[in-house]
Amino acid sequence: MSNNNWPLWEVFIRSKQGLSHRHVGSLHAADAEMAIGNARDVYTRRQEGVGIWVVPASDITSSSPDDSEKLFDPANDKVYRHPTFFVLPKEVDHM
Amino acid sequence: MTNSQLTDILLRLGDDSLVLSQRLGEWCGHAPILEEDIALTNIALDLLGQTQSYLTLAGNLLSETKTDDELAFHRDATDFQNLLLLEQPNGHFGDTIARQFLFDIFSLLKVQHLASQSVNTDIAAIAAKAVKEIRYHVDHSSKWVVRLGDGTPESHDRIQKSINDLWKFTGEMFMCDESDNAGTQAGLLPDYTSMKIEWLSRVEDTLNEAGLTIPENVDMKSGGRRGQHTEHLSIMLEEMQVLPRLHPGANW
Repeated sequence: MSNNNWPLWEVFIRSKQGLSHRHVGSLHAADAEMAIGNARDVYTRRQEGVGIWVVPASDITSSSPDDSEKLFDPANDKVYRHPTFFVLPKEVDHM
Repeated sequence: MTNSQLTDILLRLGDDSLVLSQRLGEWCGHAPILEEDIALTNIALDLLGQTQSYLTLAGNLLSETKTDDELAFHRDATDFQNLLLLEQPNGHFGDTIARQFLFDIFSLLKVQHLASQSVNTDIAAIAAKAVKEIRYHVDHSSKWVVRLGDGTPESHDRIQKSINDLWKFTGEMFMCDESDNAGTQAGLLPDYTSMKIEWLSRVEDTLNEAGLTIPENVDMKSGGRRGQHTEHLSIMLEEMQVLPRLHPGANW
């Protein structure tokens, strides 16, 4: 198999109605339509999904690992911000 | 419709999907890109599932009943009733897509009818499931035909040549012998004349969109439905059947 110059797409699959889409991986495709088709073939052939999103990987802006102290550490020592004191009713599934 | 005519009809359905499935399986590990490798083998597996259902029904109708495996692995080329189109070697990716596209449209029309008839409910049940799969196959191969035809000058010329080379095998899809006619009269099979018109119009639509043309004055080849095959089938079957024939009844 040869390398190709097709752009990379990130794939998100909704596994059940009511659940949110989750990132499952990435693939190459020439256009969005082909990316949906490829995602169907690569990521849903064992009944993993009921919905697919594909996003050009180049359109995703990610945080830099160098910034992680600045971004995430401040939340660590503010226990009053952590919503761990509440017990969720069972009916509130998948929150 | 006699038992033996119904057996012919089922063997044709089963052999078409079996032979094409084996051909597509040959792409495993060789397709131009990983994603397409998986797509082609997915389609192969859909076809193999359909094969199992059709050949199981066919085997039950024989005076000496046979399993789907026996029919798949212990018949010789002259006993296969698949279309010549489907046994043609894979060639390059465009050849494979052209073969798939020409068959997918035909298969969809035929199986849609099988799903809607009530003459044989077993076949209707298999067909109802297969139609969903074949719709995706049509989608996949049609989009590729458009992409290649409407792509670069090289891809356009190559897929046009693939269509030209394979066109001679398309006439056979709509030829009917006594078994087909009996199936149509009973309402099990569609009317082949109107199916041909519908097929041609759908094929033409996609080829137009792709900037491709239908070749003219082509001498049609046939014989597959009577077991008269091109030399490619026996070579393909040799590889497909060697293991079950060397080790009959082996399990793993």
